[in-house]
Amino acid sequence: MVPWYMAFLIGGTLCLIGQLVMDLTKVQITPGHILVGYITSGAILSGLGVYQPLVEIGGAGATIPLSGFGHLLTQGTLKAVEQKGLLGAFSGGIEAAAAGIAAAVIFGYIAAVIFNPKG
Amino acid sequence: MRDIKKRGKQTVVFERPPVITSYASIVGPKEGQGPFGNYFDQVLPDYMFGERTWEKAESKMLKETVKIALNKAGLTENEIEVMLAGDLLNQTISANYAARDLNLPLLGLYGACSTMAESMLLGAMLVDGGFFNRVIAGTCSHHHTAERQFRFPTEQGIQPTITTQWTATAAGAVLIEASGQGPRITAATVGRVIDMGQKDMSNMGSAMAPAAVDTIKAHMDDLGRSPDYYDLVVTGDLGQIGKAILEELFAVKGIVPKPSYNDCGVLLYEESQDVNAGGSGCGCAACMLCGPFLKKMQEGNMQKLLLIATGALMSPTSIFQGESIPAVAHAVAIEMV
Amino acid sequence: MPEVNNHKLKKIEEYEDLANRCKPKPPVVKNSIWAFVVGGLICTLGQVIQNYFMGIGMSRQDASSATSIVMIFLAALATGVGIYDELGKRAGAGSIVPITGFANAIVASAMEFKREGYIFGVGARIFSVAGPTLVFGFAVALFIGLLKVFISS
Repeated sequence: MVPWYMAFLIGGTLCLIGQLVMDLTKVQITPGHILVGYITSGAILSGLGVYQPLVEIGGAGATIPLSGFGHLLTQGTLKAVEQKGLLGAFSGGIEAAAAGIAAAVIFGYIAAVIFNPKG
Repeated sequence: MRDIKKRGKQTVVFERPPVITSYASIVGPKEGQGPFGNYFDQVLPDYMFGERTWEKAESKMLKETVKIALNKAGLTENEIEVMLAGDLLNQTISANYAARDLNLPLLGLYGACSTMAESMLLGAMLVDGGFFNRVIAGTCSHHHTAERQFRFPTEQGIQPTITTQWTATAAGAVLIEASGQGPRITAATVGRVIDMGQKDMSNMGSAMAPAAVDTIKAHMDDLGRSPDYYDLVVTGDLGQIGKAILEELFAVKGIVPKPSYNDCGVLLYEESQDVNAGGSGCGCAACMLCGPFLKKMQEGNMQKLLLIATGALMSPTSIFQGESIPAVAHAVAIEMV
Repeated sequence: MPEVNNHKLKKIEEYEDLANRCKPKPPVVKNSIWAFVVGGLICTLGQVIQNYFMGIGMSRQDASSATSIVMIFLAALATGVGIYDELGKRAGAGSIVPITGFANAIVASAMEFKREGYIFGVGARIFSVAGPTLVFGFAVALFIGLLKVFISS
C-alpha cells in the first residue's frame, strides 16, 4: 500500500502545477480549462506509459487528480482494444470511467433537488 | 433658428436644470456593512428579499427603491409619467418586471453599469425638453444574478483573481422634476464607446478606465471647464485598478489640475471585505449617488458633483468569440443652485 | 489605411503597458502553498479511503473506483451545504484539480439552474463545465485506442 505522505506529496505537487499555470499565464484560465487540461494530459501521459509509474509511487495522489481520470480512460481503452479490437477503442474508456461519471451525475442531481444555492 | 442645448461635441447644458426632488437606495447585506452602510434607505438582511429567485429579488429591489423615492416625495405611482431604467440581466428583466409591477410607462435602457448616468441624462432631457414633468430614473444589480449570468455557478469553487470586482447588490432611483427643491442636473455628456483591446472578463477596471477619461475630457473641453470646478469627480465602478489607471491617464490626457477624484467601487466596501479590486455593477454607482452623495449635497456639504458611470458592454457570447471589451461612460453634472 | 491601423495598434500596446503596470501581482507564493496543502490533503483522504477498501479485500482497481465514488459523494455534499466554494476561494487549483473539483463543477451547475426547472435547468446544465472535460478525455482516449489498433494490425 502507498503511504499517505506520498499521496500528499504527489497530489499536492499536481495541484501546485495547476495553480502556477493559473497564476503565471497571461490569459485567464478558468476551472474548465484546468479540468480539460488535466484530463487530456493525463490521458496522453498514460498512453506514453509515463503515468502508471506515478500511480505506483503516489497512489491516490496520482489517481484522485483529474489527470488520474484521464489515465483511467486511456488504460480502459487500451485494455479493451486488446480484448475486442476496434470496438474496444470506442467502448473501453467510457466503461472504465462509468462509475465516476454516474456517481457525479446522480449525486449532482440529488444535491440539486435537496439543496438551494446560497451563493 | 431653434436654440440648441448642445455644447461642443457630446455635451448638453440644461436650460432650466431639472431638479432631483427625491431619491432612494436599497443595498444588500455586504454593502450595508461597508463604510456607507448608514446612508442607504434600506439594508437587506439576505440576498433573497423574500422572493423565490435572485432575479425576482433584484427586480423587487428596484421596485421598492422607486416606491421609497416616491414616498419621500409624498407621491404615488400614478403621478409618475415615465420610468427610465435598466440593469445587467439579459433583456433587462429586472427593470421590465419592476415597471410591470409599478404599472409605469417604461423606457428600458442598457448601458451596463453606466445605466444610472444614462437614465438620469435622458430623464433630464425629457424634462428640460418639456416632454414630461416628472420622471423616475433608476437601476439595480445583484451579486448572484450577475455571477451566474456572466461568470460561474455560485457554488463552484472559484478563486477570484486579484483584479476581479464584486458586483454590488444595490439599487438606486432618482425622481426628476421640472421644478422643486433639491440638487439640479445642470449638464450631461454622452460617452463614446471606447475599446482599448482589453479581453479579461475579470479585469473590468482596465477595460473601462479609457472610456471614463474620454468622457471626462470631452466634458471639460465642451464646457471649457477646469476639473476643479467640481467638488468631486466620481466614477461608477472602476475599482482599485481602474482608478489607478485613470489617475495616470489624467496626466497623459492633460486633465489639469488633477480633479478631486474617487470611485464608487473603491468607496462602497472596506478593504477587509474580501472584494478584491472593489465593487462593480449598475447598483454600485446608483447606491453611492442615491445614498451618501445626494445626502451630502442636500445637507450642504457638497455643491458640485460630476458622476461618470462606466459600463462594460460585452456579453458572454462576444467574449467566447474572442472579442475585446468595449466600454462606455456617461457623465452627469449635479449642482446645488 | 495602414498608418491609421498602426497608430491605433500602438495606442493599444501603450495602454496595455499602462494597464499591466497598474495591475497588482497575484500572491503566487500564498496561492501555491494553499493549492499544495489543500490538494495534498484531499489526495491523502483519498489514499486513506482507498487503503480501507483494499483492507477489506477489494482489488486495487475496484478500491480505486470505490474511492472515486466516495470522494465525489463528499464533494457533492460539501457543495450542497455551501462550503466547497468557500474552500475554492482560497485553495484555487488545490480544490479544482482533484476529482472533487470535477464533482463540484457538476453539482454547482446542477444546483445553480434548479430554478429554471429540473429538465432544462438541472438536466441540461449539469454538464456545462464537466461536459467539455469528458469530451476531451473521451476523444484522447479513443485516439490512443485507435492508434493501438492501427499499430498492432
